[in-house]
Amino acid sequence: MASIPGHADAGHGHEHEHHHPTGFMRWVTTTNHKDIGSMYLWFSFAMFLVGGVMALVIRAELFKPGLQFVEPEFFNQMTTLHGLIMVFGAIMPAFVGFANWQIPLMIGASDMAFARMNNWSFWLLPPAGTLLVLSLFMPGGSGGVGWTLYPPLSTQMGIGMDFMIFAVHILGMSSIMGSINIVTTILNMRAPGMTLMKMPLFCWTWLITAYLVIAVMPVLAGAVTMILCDRHFGTSFFNAAGGGDPVLYQHVFWFFGHPEVYIIAIPAFGVVSQIIPAFSRKPLFGYASMVYATSSIAILSFIVWAHHMYTTGMPVAGQLYFMYATMLIAIPTGVKVFNWVATLYRGSLSFEAPMLFSLGFLFLFTLGGFSGLVLSMTAVDVQLHDTYYVVAHFHYVMVAGALFSAFGGVYYWLPKWTGHMYDEGLAKLHFWLSLIFFNVTFFVQHFLGLAGMPRRIPDYAPQFAEFNMISSIGAFGFGLTQLLFLYVVIKCIKGGPKAAAKPWDGAEGLEWTVPSPAPYHTFETPPVVK
Amino acid sequence: MTVLAQNSRTLQRLALMAVVMFGFGFALVPFYYRICEALGVNNLVGRADASVRNTQVDYSRSVSVEFDTNTRDLPWTFRALSNVRSIHPGELVQVDFEVRNQRGEAVTGQAIPSFSPARAAQYFHKLECFCFERQTLKAGERRVMPVVFVLDRSIPSELGTVTLSYTFFDVPAADAAAGGRRS
Repeated sequence: MASIPGHADAGHGHEHEHHHPTGFMRWVTTTNHKDIGSMYLWFSFAMFLVGGVMALVIRAELFKPGLQFVEPEFFNQMTTLHGLIMVFGAIMPAFVGFANWQIPLMIGASDMAFARMNNWSFWLLPPAGTLLVLSLFMPGGSGGVGWTLYPPLSTQMGIGMDFMIFAVHILGMSSIMGSINIVTTILNMRAPGMTLMKMPLFCWTWLITAYLVIAVMPVLAGAVTMILCDRHFGTSFFNAAGGGDPVLYQHVFWFFGHPEVYIIAIPAFGVVSQIIPAFSRKPLFGYASMVYATSSIAILSFIVWAHHMYTTGMPVAGQLYFMYATMLIAIPTGVKVFNWVATLYRGSLSFEAPMLFSLGFLFLFTLGGFSGLVLSMTAVDVQLHDTYYVVAHFHYVMVAGALFSAFGGVYYWLPKWTGHMYDEGLAKLHFWLSLIFFNVTFFVQHFLGLAGMPRRIPDYAPQFAEFNMISSIGAFGFGLTQLLFLYVVIKCIKGGPKAAAKPWDGAEGLEWTVPSPAPYHTFETPPVVK
Repeated sequence: MTVLAQNSRTLQRLALMAVVMFGFGFALVPFYYRICEALGVNNLVGRADASVRNTQVDYSRSVSVEFDTNTRDLPWTFRALSNVRSIHPGELVQVDFEVRNQRGEAVTGQAIPSFSPARAAQYFHKLECFCFERQTLKAGERRVMPVVFVLDRSIPSELGTVTLSYTFFDVPAADAAAGGRRS
């Protein structure tokens, strides 16, 4: 297979590099998928820290009963922005970053299909993130309405709310463009011989995710546009006084919102499906069933949205339908978990940091799936709705699921990206501290929820004090641990043992056929896959 | 087809999909109201109709009301258009009576009600009745006259059948009998 050495001998036969800007303008004008992937990852890490600080404000306030540090209004703005920033600013861009770096390398393409649009979809993100943060400094602050932006509260908030709506619009445009790029790249730019069913599973999961994004992000854009119209243009989509219905917003929002949780989870499945076979030194068990299971999850995600709304007064028949449909999702998800475990079975396992994070993902994501199954039951959910049980559930699938998988992915591909091996000892320390502090933070929240502590409230009854104190200690530990991650990554970029083209002996795929670090231009002549 | 052309075709299709889904978000608005209407849920208008329905009617039971008609010293034929009605307590009921003057000249009469059993009288609330005033019929005239009443919800359950009886009296004769009390 051919790989073109890029940067080093630019100027000979690489005419498009003659006017390549340097310094800051290089990053503004770049159309290279590797540059853009790196920018996505750095942006998402920056947003992760911003959203993390907000989470720590929340946990500091909840350390003790009573009001300590912040006003209730500000507390509400923190929960809202924490959710929006983590979902749209941190996790989604992180996986788009992986997609940009890895998909062309995995399918043997020279770059993404629309390189300029790729640049644009990234550079929409910083203004959107800035808008979200700036909304805090508007008169009346940001919108303290929860990341779901439910009316009637969201139609009443100050100008900070408009900032958030525009930020969501921009983030939506960015992710739609990114997804169009990914679908086109995967469908049209695969190397000869790379059939769809030969693609690495990461590409498959991103293909499915990208279709989900294109299908539901516009619906969210429509929903927030309706809020904007209700706020400023005298419409009454959700204003009951004008004949609208606030419950309608919840339906439109969760039509987007439920596929959105799979938009976050499915690329994480993809990353884990690359790592587990590599460190088990076995091919992935049940490749085809993984593809079908992932597709089934994506399709089912469109018909279960109202399980977020059991307490809105749905008819019993509706509640039953959404309950059974939701439980149905456990089947393809169970297939996936089974396949990962079956890949481990009798594998020649080794436990480097990527593998540790994948195993942490496997165990904790499954736990989060079980608490999701508990919440899918209407009769139980009516009791647990809007309690800390729900908070614990979705942090198990978002943090231990998506975030752990992203950490695993970073460690897995960092040698390819930087050309250096990362510090394995520190990376393992990062994993164990993350694992312990994550569970200290969130496991106790199950108990708080079962005991009835409501979420999004800055104060609580004294009987919840001990568990909240434990949770807050865990949260600060988890937050500080992520600075260790930053240190490991920077250390790896600066230097370290030289990484081989294929640093993991069990790894498979085209990305390991190019040298480490991956040259600026790869696969300008497509490789041939047998 | 070159990859570039293929890419731009895929781009167009996916962009169209995004635009369609943006429209779909708005289409959910009328769809939501339609489906609520079709399934009869969250139907604010329907609920308003239901609230107009008289909640004072006791649909759990009914009382059989019989109508009896008599004339005294009058050349009239007098009958109820329905002899017996099954009525829910609290329900607004209209019953029509027919009266015909057989004589070749105008005659004035007045109807006097009576109830059997007599204690049923306190549970009849008449809103309109031909018995409230004198009726003068021209020669050979036929007239249909309504009685509108509500049977009180507190009517005891042992009063399963009630008879409402009307008797028409000749008014000049009655006046004379009263000794010219009418001035």
